[in-house]
Amino acid sequence: MEIKERVPEILRDNVLLTTVDGLFKWARSNSLWPLTSGLSCCAIEMMCAAAARFDLSRFGYEVFRPSPRQADLFIVAGTLTWKMAPPLKRLYEQMPNPKYVIAMGSCANEGGPFADAYSVVPGVDKIIPVDVYIPGCPPRPEALIEGMLKLKEKIRHPELIQKVE
Amino acid sequence: MQGGLLVILTDKLFYGINYLSGNEFISQLIMVIVQIMAIFAVISLAAIIQVYMERRICGFIQDRLGPNRVGPWGLLQTVADMIKLMGKEDIIPVKAQRILWGITPMLLFIPAALIYAVFPFDDGAVFVDLNVGIFFVMAVMSQSVLMFLLGGFASENKYSFMGAMRAVAQMLSSEIPMAFAVLAVVMVSGSLKMTDIVAAQSNMWFIAVEPLAFIIFTISILMEINRTPFDLVEGESEIIAGPFTEYSGMRWALFFLAEYANLLSAAILTVTLFLGGWHGPVLPGILWFLIKVFLVIFLFMWIRWTYPRTRIDQMMALSWKVLLPLALFNIAATGIGIYIYNWM
Ligand code: SF4
Repeated sequence: MEIKERVPEILRDNVLLTTVDGLFKWARSNSLWPLTSGLSCCAIEMMCAAAARFDLSRFGYEVFRPSPRQADLFIVAGTLTWKMAPPLKRLYEQMPNPKYVIAMGSCANEGGPFADAYSVVPGVDKIIPVDVYIPGCPPRPEALIEGMLKLKEKIRHPELIQKVE
Repeated sequence: MQGGLLVILTDKLFYGINYLSGNEFISQLIMVIVQIMAIFAVISLAAIIQVYMERRICGFIQDRLGPNRVGPWGLLQTVADMIKLMGKEDIIPVKAQRILWGITPMLLFIPAALIYAVFPFDDGAVFVDLNVGIFFVMAVMSQSVLMFLLGGFASENKYSFMGAMRAVAQMLSSEIPMAFAVLAVVMVSGSLKMTDIVAAQSNMWFIAVEPLAFIIFTISILMEINRTPFDLVEGESEIIAGPFTEYSGMRWALFFLAEYANLLSAAILTVTLFLGGWHGPVLPGILWFLIKVFLVIFLFMWIRWTYPRTRIDQMMALSWKVLLPLALFNIAATGIGIYIYNWM
C-alpha cells in the first residue's frame, strides 16, 4: 500500500508495476543464498546454524553457494585482517546485484577484541557496505538466524529503513 | 489401436482442435506444438518439484526439517528461488568469449529436452517411436558433455576449464559401462525400440532377469548425470562450481534446470529399461509410470545424501576396472543364458 502512495497520481492504476516489485521482494527475501566463506571462529557458529539443531534451511537460506556469482548474501563471519581485505572486497564485487552483507560477530562489526591491533580492520563497513550487524563474540546460531530474518524484513520494507535514516 | 489414459486424452484434444479449426493439417501442426510445449512444461515443473523434494529429503536424512516456511510446507520455496534468479544481475566476465559463453546454457537444454522424444510414458504415448530408440538415447545423452566443455572453455577461468575437462573424462568413462549394461537388456528383449523393450517386460521386469546390469547401469548413470557420489564436475570443495563458476542469475538457472531434467530422464530410463515402464496392475499406466519414476528419483537422492564425494581417480578406477569388466562378463553370461533358454 505504501509503495502505491509513492507512485505519481497518473501511474496509480499501474497495479502490475507494484505487484512485480512486491513479487521480487518476496522472492529475494525468501531465498538468500549465502556465499561459502568464513574468516575465523564465527564461521564455526555459522556452520552450526545450518546443521541439525538450528536448521537454517527452514527459511530456505541453507543453499551455501561456492561461487560468488550465484550468491546473494555475504556473511562476514570472523576477524578481517588488512591482508585479507582486498580478496574480501573482490569477492563482494564479484557477486551479482542485488547483494547483501551481514557482519557477524564483534570482530566484523568493529574489530572486537582485536580492535587496537595494527593488522585488524576495525569493522568490515570500512571496506564494504553492511546491511545487518549481529553483535556477540561469537553470536549464537539463533542470533545469526535472527539477523537473517531482520535482513528479510529489510528487503521486504526498504522504505522503513530509509525513513529511519 | 488400444492406448492408455494419456493417448485417450491426446486424441480427445486433437478432435477438439480439429473441430474448432476445421483443417486436418493445421490441427496436426497445433498438436505438434502442444506436444513440444508439454515436454518443456514437464521439464520445468519436474525441476521445481525435484528441487523441493531434494531439499526436504536432504533435511530428513540429516535429521533436519528442510524448507517449511515459504508457502504451505515450504512448497513455494523453489518458486521463490526461481523468481529471485530471474531478477539477478547478469554478469558477463570481460575475458569470456561472449557468444560461446552466452549460448552454452541454451545449447545444454537441447539434448536434455530432445531425449524425451523417445520415452514411452504410457501405452502408446511416445512422441516418436524410433526403431533405434535406446541408441538414440545414448547418442543424445552424450551430447551434453560438449556443452559442459564449451561453457568451461568459454569462461576463461581456471576452475571452469578444469571442471570442463573433468566432465569430459567422467562422461566418457561412464558411458561405456552404461552402454554395455544396456546391451544386455537389448539382447534379452531383442529390440532397440523403447516400446518393444517395455512390452517385453509385461510379465517379468528386467531387474529380475538382469540384476547385475541394473546395478552397473545405476552406478554409471549417476556418473553420467553428475550426482554425488560422482559430482566431481562441480566438486565444490575443489573447483568451486566447475564449468558453472562464472554463470550468474538466469543463465545459471538454465544449467540448474538442465541438471534436473537429466535427473528425470535418468530415472525414466531406469524405469523403462529395468522396472517395466508403465506396466502395473489395476492403476492406469501413466500413474504407475510416475510412481516408479519418483521412487527411482528418491533412490538417487537417498544415494546422494548418504555417500560422500569420491575422488576423480577412484571414480575412473571404478568405471574402467570394475564396471566395464563386469558389464562384459554380464553380456557373455546373458548370451549363454539366452542360448540355453532357446535350446531347452
Ligand atoms: S567475534 Fe569473537 S568469535 Fe567472532 S571471530 Fe571475533 S573473536 Fe572470534
